[in-house]
Amino acid sequence: MFRKIEPYFFLAPALIVLLVVFAYPVVRLAILSFQRPSAGKMLFVGTANYRAILTDSVFLQAAKNNVALLICVPIMVVIALLLAIFLFERIRGWQFYRTTLFLPYLLPIAVVGLIFSYIFQLSGVLNEFLTSIGLGKLALDWLGSTHLALPTLMFVIVWKEVGFGIVLFLARLMSVEEDLFDAAKIDGANWWQLQWNVTVPQLAAVIEFFTIVSVITMLSWVFGYVYVMTGGGPGNSTMVTELFIYLTAFRYNQMNIASAVAVLLLLITGVLIFLELRLRENSTIVEAVE
Amino acid sequence: MRSRYGFKYWLGMSVRQILVVFATLLSLFPVYFMAVSAFKTKSEYIANKWGLPVSFYVKNFETALAGEKFFLRFANSAILTVGGVVASLVIACLAAYAFARMEFFGKRTLFNVILSLMVVPPVVMIIPLFVSMVRWHLVNTYPGTILIYTGLLLPFSIYLMTNFFRAIPREIIEAARIDGCSNLGIFWRIMMPLSAPAVVTLIVVNALWVWNELLIALVFMQKDELKTLMVGISALRSRNYVDIPATMAGLLVATIPIVVVYIFGQRFFIRGLTGGAVK
Repeated sequence: MFRKIEPYFFLAPALIVLLVVFAYPVVRLAILSFQRPSAGKMLFVGTANYRAILTDSVFLQAAKNNVALLICVPIMVVIALLLAIFLFERIRGWQFYRTTLFLPYLLPIAVVGLIFSYIFQLSGVLNEFLTSIGLGKLALDWLGSTHLALPTLMFVIVWKEVGFGIVLFLARLMSVEEDLFDAAKIDGANWWQLQWNVTVPQLAAVIEFFTIVSVITMLSWVFGYVYVMTGGGPGNSTMVTELFIYLTAFRYNQMNIASAVAVLLLLITGVLIFLELRLRENSTIVEAVE
Repeated sequence: MRSRYGFKYWLGMSVRQILVVFATLLSLFPVYFMAVSAFKTKSEYIANKWGLPVSFYVKNFETALAGEKFFLRFANSAILTVGGVVASLVIACLAAYAFARMEFFGKRTLFNVILSLMVVPPVVMIIPLFVSMVRWHLVNTYPGTILIYTGLLLPFSIYLMTNFFRAIPREIIEAARIDGCSNLGIFWRIMMPLSAPAVVTLIVVNALWVWNELLIALVFMQKDELKTLMVGISALRSRNYVDIPATMAGLLVATIPIVVVYIFGQRFFIRGLTGGAVK
């Protein structure tokens, strides 16, 4: 009898913490999103909060920006794949390059964001450099213009996140049977054919994994970059959903509106999380519990 | 056959080398820029933005450490990091043992649910958590914030430890059981000592995560004397007057622990962050 319930003693602390930090808040969140405060009490208002955000121009701008950030995903996949392949071909000093290319991924976003905002300042390093090599015309207000701020932010996100892809792909490449590459070479495949017909199919599962993780990042883990570098500006041009939730809830004290946005975000990431879970179950990249 | 190692091969290798070197310089430049700026006077920074420092002005560090309550913020970050890492490690190892070496109802489903929590964005939970924490008087306290960090670290920690425990041969456990060892005894005397590498990996990765975290710290540690290093840093940009070299000195001190640990424990970072995604 004891053996039957014993596992739950081992699980109990984890389950309690997960209930407090994940399960209970999600239920509360859903309830909050259908309520509004009125004379010190919470009243159910149906879908009023949802209708309000769907006509809120700042929220719509934020959602649009998150979608725009998705452009980073294919860029990251391609860069990470190319660099991982180069390192795998054992170019001289590949271990050193692996170490340095991975470093940005470990640095705090707050630190990275601040350094980059000094680099991209109107009188910053980048513009001084451009001017000094005679490209003064290209010295633009990288973070201060409504057209450029989002692309600049994307550059920083790719700069920091791509290292994860490189290391992930490289680790997988190293476990591919060497014979596969040799066989293709003997068959006379050129470099591009080799990558396209052998490397990419062999890495398919890890590429999918990295793609899904990156999509989730772009939709719901970019708060730090925006908060530190632009604060959503200029003129909401870099507003993202997370920052919108944060500001609405904690600066403008509209917890219920913010909750409705959070519910939408959770639903969207939920679909992606489900996809990722399927991937983990069906593929050999990750070992699941038997 | 010769042509393969002739001009075309040489050209291909050069192109690769150039691209990789370019990417490496790009990765390192911000770190280099931070390090050299930290040793310049303000006027030198304006005159010479990317060159090596001439004046070697170490007073920047004094300015940075004295202002902005640097030590206090550093200590706050350290307390939260140690608390979150230790709590999540103990709790995750216990759960992982059950997942890896015990049979119970709903094991697979439960494990998958926990896995899926790994990518749930924290921003979704902060509003209801904040409402609850206010009611429980846990906002602006170390235990409250550590509880949240522990919860957020658990899914990945359980996942990593479960995979590691499963790789430990069953024979060892069976032998111990025949010798009369209880589950708790097996866990404590056999599984944990054998898992030292995984534990180190987990500590390193989780510590990095808490140390770098911004959103939770911003919402749950609002009082000035409780703010973390990253929150302090993120507030620097919005101020009107900024002493950039002194700021860079502060950033450098905040970053050095990470870089040092990375240099000495690189394989733990790489193994941990690729999270067993590659077998």
